[in-house]
Amino acid sequence: MSIEASEFRLLIPEIFVLTMACLILIMDLFLDKRQRHITYYLSQATVLLTIVLTFVLKEPGVHLAFTGTYIADPMSVVLKIAIYIIVFLAFLYSRYYLELRGLFKGEYYVLGLFAMLGMMIMVSAHHMLTIYLGLELLSLCLYAMVAFNRDAYSCSEAAMKYFVLGALASGMLLYGMSIIYGATGSLDISVISLNTATVEHPRVLTFGLVFLVVGLAFKLGAVPFHMWVPDVYQGAPTPVTLFIGSAPKIAAFALVMRVLVESMGNLIDQWQDMLTIIAVLSLALGNVVAIAQTNLKRMLAYSTISHVGFLLLGIIAGTSNGYAASMFYSITYALMAAGAFGMIIVLSRAGFEADKIDDFKGLNERHPWYAFLMMILMFSMAGVPPTVGFYAKLNVLQAIIEQDMIWLAGITVFFSVIGAFYYIRMVKIMYFDDPVETQPIASRFDLDFGVTINSLAVLFLGLFPGWLLAVCSTTLP
Amino acid sequence: MTEWPLLNLIIWTPILGGFLVLFLSDNDRVNPRPVALAVAMITFLLSLLLYTGFDNSTANMQFQEQYNWIPVFNITYHLGIDGISMPLIILTTFTTVLVVLAGWEVIKKKPGQYLASFLIMEGLMVGVFSALDAMLFYVFWEGMLIPMFLIIGIWGGPNRVYATIKFFLYTFLGSVFMLIALIYMQTKAGSFEVLDFHLLKLNMKEQILIFIAFLLAFAVKVPMWPVHTWLPDAHVEAPTGGSVILAAIMLKIGGYGFLRFSLPITPDASRELDWLIIFMSLVAVVYIGFVALVQSDMKKLIAYSSIAHMGFVTLGFFLLFPIMENTGGADLSGAVMGMEGGMIQMISHGFISGALFLCVGVLYDRMHSREIGDYGGVVNTMPIFAAFMVFFAMANSGLPGTSGFVGEFMIILASFKANFWFAFLAATTLILGAAYSLWMVKRVVFGDIGNEEVAKLTDVTAREKLILGTLAVAVLALGLWPAPLQEVMRASVENLVSFISISKL
Repeated sequence: MSIEASEFRLLIPEIFVLTMACLILIMDLFLDKRQRHITYYLSQATVLLTIVLTFVLKEPGVHLAFTGTYIADPMSVVLKIAIYIIVFLAFLYSRYYLELRGLFKGEYYVLGLFAMLGMMIMVSAHHMLTIYLGLELLSLCLYAMVAFNRDAYSCSEAAMKYFVLGALASGMLLYGMSIIYGATGSLDISVISLNTATVEHPRVLTFGLVFLVVGLAFKLGAVPFHMWVPDVYQGAPTPVTLFIGSAPKIAAFALVMRVLVESMGNLIDQWQDMLTIIAVLSLALGNVVAIAQTNLKRMLAYSTISHVGFLLLGIIAGTSNGYAASMFYSITYALMAAGAFGMIIVLSRAGFEADKIDDFKGLNERHPWYAFLMMILMFSMAGVPPTVGFYAKLNVLQAIIEQDMIWLAGITVFFSVIGAFYYIRMVKIMYFDDPVETQPIASRFDLDFGVTINSLAVLFLGLFPGWLLAVCSTTLP
Repeated sequence: MTEWPLLNLIIWTPILGGFLVLFLSDNDRVNPRPVALAVAMITFLLSLLLYTGFDNSTANMQFQEQYNWIPVFNITYHLGIDGISMPLIILTTFTTVLVVLAGWEVIKKKPGQYLASFLIMEGLMVGVFSALDAMLFYVFWEGMLIPMFLIIGIWGGPNRVYATIKFFLYTFLGSVFMLIALIYMQTKAGSFEVLDFHLLKLNMKEQILIFIAFLLAFAVKVPMWPVHTWLPDAHVEAPTGGSVILAAIMLKIGGYGFLRFSLPITPDASRELDWLIIFMSLVAVVYIGFVALVQSDMKKLIAYSSIAHMGFVTLGFFLLFPIMENTGGADLSGAVMGMEGGMIQMISHGFISGALFLCVGVLYDRMHSREIGDYGGVVNTMPIFAAFMVFFAMANSGLPGTSGFVGEFMIILASFKANFWFAFLAATTLILGAAYSLWMVKRVVFGDIGNEEVAKLTDVTAREKLILGTLAVAVLALGLWPAPLQEVMRASVENLVSFISISKL
């Protein structure tokens, strides 16, 4: 099999991001501190141009390239565009935070772009090795970003934990892949999927599958492999937490789709059960433990765990409706998470992180508009209509009820109600309590613009969810 | 006239008006009150067009509007009303006008947000009553929680945070199981149309489970014993306007849910489990009546009396099944009477409980106490107010000539056709209701002036007279001449009863 020049056309967005990231890295060396904003604007321009490129170059149908290691299908286009938008928001929110703390360095944006490239590769990978490459590119960038504020003890600690556990998870995943290779004789996803039906030792395959599921659960942060999530979320600088907590969830969805659904589709009976346990545990633990938190970033970390449980439920349904529901969930969750962490950044200033729940006390008195936006986000995470979080949950519930898993739906909604408590407690803190903080909130135009658009998008998608739902369900076969 | 998107106007005028009020009041230069009142009045007048344009002769949905909303799931934006929902919509718009007036001078803290919450909630509640798509219904139903949560939490009493979180979680827990039932039926019926659900064939096991899911949602909302405990807390802590909306409309949404969902969708399960509802209703009437008797807090007393009265409503709705059993399904007039009685009781309770909460509000604004013990001899300083309060308390205990009598009487008559003991227990309300209402009045209004604070009270202002006077007229009108209301709902109720009487199995 030879590689044709036309195949490069599919990869233009990836090549563009790679080139720009390298260029920005070099160019940044020649900029002095006052010109650093050029790096920022260039990075943002890169992200925006990538959106345009991906959109313009998209072709209907499924295309394989590079001897089947790369795939361009409708799902990958949608997921990539969602990732770009979230990364754009993440960069936007990060700027002032970093400036105020003397962390405004070119490396942050270069690492961010490389992480985005990693996610793009993950989304478009069609070969176990490509998947692994994308995943590692993403993970390595994230480790470095967590440690970005290297003088802070908590950051280094978080980075260390993240790195050790992340490396362990990668090892698990790789080990699983190697066993799958042993059982099926290939790393190519379409070949694996063909061979799983006729494999000689199905038990070996199951053995490999277990490791794959463990690795994926680690990366997703699902119980019982969730230990790193709260520590990393709390320890990392807020813009990095925002970055980790949002876009990679979309990429992780793609990862699960490629690894479990597309290659191991024949073993659905086996991974369905494993994921069911993981999902139910995530919902239970995430929602219950979040109640006890006093740190907002940590609370949102546990909330992420529960949302991951929800995301997995759609996969568990094992139907294209279910996958579409998960896809919708991952995209909208990334949007909500970006908004919520963005709000922490908005309220923070030099020497004040605003990451305690109590820092939001009486926000309605201090700044009603921010309180309103945060309220939308919280109700959306709780799944109260008319916000998009409701449709995300509705969608997933519908998919599992279609499969007659009504008991699972019952458990899910029960824990959602428990989860609603800590979200509405945030609303309570903002609206019913008296402010403790008295310093005025510095208003920055682009930051305000970002959180406003972000939160109103959550509301808007809640009023008119039809088109995004349609996009998700038509891109999946 | 019918070409107008009238229902849409009634839903969106207050919601958009609410946001307008919110933005206008942002810089404190504009007084939000007249704007809010204008929005509420316009909405009320628009809703009167529903009455004038309503066709009494048919049970079909009227004023229908349908737009594509979420085509992927076959969810449409489908509105329409019949004789059951129309009176409730007018009740909603009417009460909101009074609530806006009631908060005129009293609410000092962020009046713009306060009024905006009520207006937005008004739109959402009208949406609940007019949605014909189950998912649209659910969106309005849940969306309604947000403004109410804020109203109790921001403008409520000292223990408001506990009360509002309890309120939110109770109702949220109840409704998520309804969501599962709705989704389940969608997978069977292919759409979320409520009218399709009515025709959907379900076997007994499915019906029972769906009925229980609905019961969880509606019983919490009504609220029925034993899931009523959030209501006294919420009522006591809510500001006057919040209590009025809660009692007058929110509770009715639970009752409405039984009529629109539980009974027609799961008639056989309803027949099978009618004893449960009747038992819970009678417990509410008798036991909660006794509980109301011993309350020392006026708002709590009225809250418990609300639960007892709503017990009457659910009793009236479910009398249908024992009556059908007794008459072998031949004579449905008793069943129609019970259900109509329940509907009238809902409307009447909306007026009376709202009026009583406003009365307490009048006293609370002056004395900042809801304790019965802090009052005594109010009649000496506030004679006009005393007249109103006595009148509404009489209406609450079901005095003939007031609206409270009509519904209760019809339900008691209907329950005689079902079972003597039902009627006997239900009739205790005539004694208990009179006891707790009048005893409260005796302790608060009559007697010698209790203390110096009471001696300093001033009588109702023109604004308060207007509010209470309007309600008094409404209570009297409905009590003396309920025929217009009955005519409006007759066709729909008869159709519903005959629909339920046919088994789905």
